[in-house]
Amino acid sequence: MLNGFLALLLCQLLGELVVLASGVPVPGPVVGMVLLLLALVVFKRTPKSVRLVSEGLLRHLAFLYVPAGVGLMVHLEMISHYWLAILVALLVSTFVTLLVTVLIFRLLGRLNGPTKGSSALSGSSGEAK
Amino acid sequence: MEFWVYFAAKPLFWLIVTLAVFMFALALNRRSGGTPFLHPVLVSMAVIISFLLVTGTRYETYFEGAQFIHFLLGPATVALAVPLFDHFERIKKMWFVLLVACISGAVTAIVSVLLVGLMFDLPTEVLLSLAPKSVTSPIAIGIVEKIGGYPSLAAGLVLITGAMGCLMSALVFKLLNVTDDAVKGFTLGLAAHGFGTAYAFETSAVAGAFAGLAMGMTGLLTAFLLPVVISLMGFN
Repeated sequence: MLNGFLALLLCQLLGELVVLASGVPVPGPVVGMVLLLLALVVFKRTPKSVRLVSEGLLRHLAFLYVPAGVGLMVHLEMISHYWLAILVALLVSTFVTLLVTVLIFRLLGRLNGPTKGSSALSGSSGEAK
Repeated sequence: MEFWVYFAAKPLFWLIVTLAVFMFALALNRRSGGTPFLHPVLVSMAVIISFLLVTGTRYETYFEGAQFIHFLLGPATVALAVPLFDHFERIKKMWFVLLVACISGAVTAIVSVLLVGLMFDLPTEVLLSLAPKSVTSPIAIGIVEKIGGYPSLAAGLVLITGAMGCLMSALVFKLLNVTDDAVKGFTLGLAAHGFGTAYAFETSAVAGAFAGLAMGMTGLLTAFLLPVVISLMGFN
């Protein structure tokens, strides 16, 4: 368990170092995630300790959002100014995003043509029912 | 009153408040049948913000305790590699379809929110905080720190987006007659990150797995794409 936690922290540190050295505009932990993924692909399996810590962290991911979320209070005045614009922007954009993503799947399914519909995606579920 | 002054200045007190309020919010959400309206994170935020405002506590004081929880977002982001690796075989098989869907969805999310925001003449910092709203918070916070918005505003907007995505997905799936659980899951994870993933798992395990995959891919792609899109649209 401690091994796993150390592995995650080391990946994050390496990620931060890569970002610092290269100046790419990506958060350090994201680079750390890529590094860990590469390591897992090379080793072809997830060590038990890494899995234990990762699943523990991800199961309680929602809880980790709370401190940053409470930071909204700093912006209460600004939000009371712009709340309508922000709300409309979020509503429209989220709706369009859902729409476009589904349509792309449909389009690519069609492009694959008669060779068994929407390819591997529909294989395991849904459509067949 | 004297002990209040003493404890309110201690990190321990705010750690306990955060944990206790979140556990209460979880219980409340479970009792209400898991509706996105009463998402535990949104409820916790509302309760803690009210508490801080009533007691006249500054956010900085609160954060001195809560930062220990906040810090774990870093290793948790790294940990997203594990579910990505779990689905690696499936991803390899259909990488092209998933990649195209993910890029189009992620770019749509960024561009559409910026366009509507521009129509309303929102200030640049607010626009930049809105841009990564479809990305899971730890990554969105990292992105906004890089591009120059307000990270804490972004975190809040991400959470609201997640709840909206869950609520609207049912309508969109009905409208477009989507029956494939993999497509449903991937779409939810892309548009509504962690909230969408949790919601997709209620549909089926397949939907949940694809949602988790979409959340990881969208976060990764957006981290690389967003700075490019923003400079193309003429911000900084």
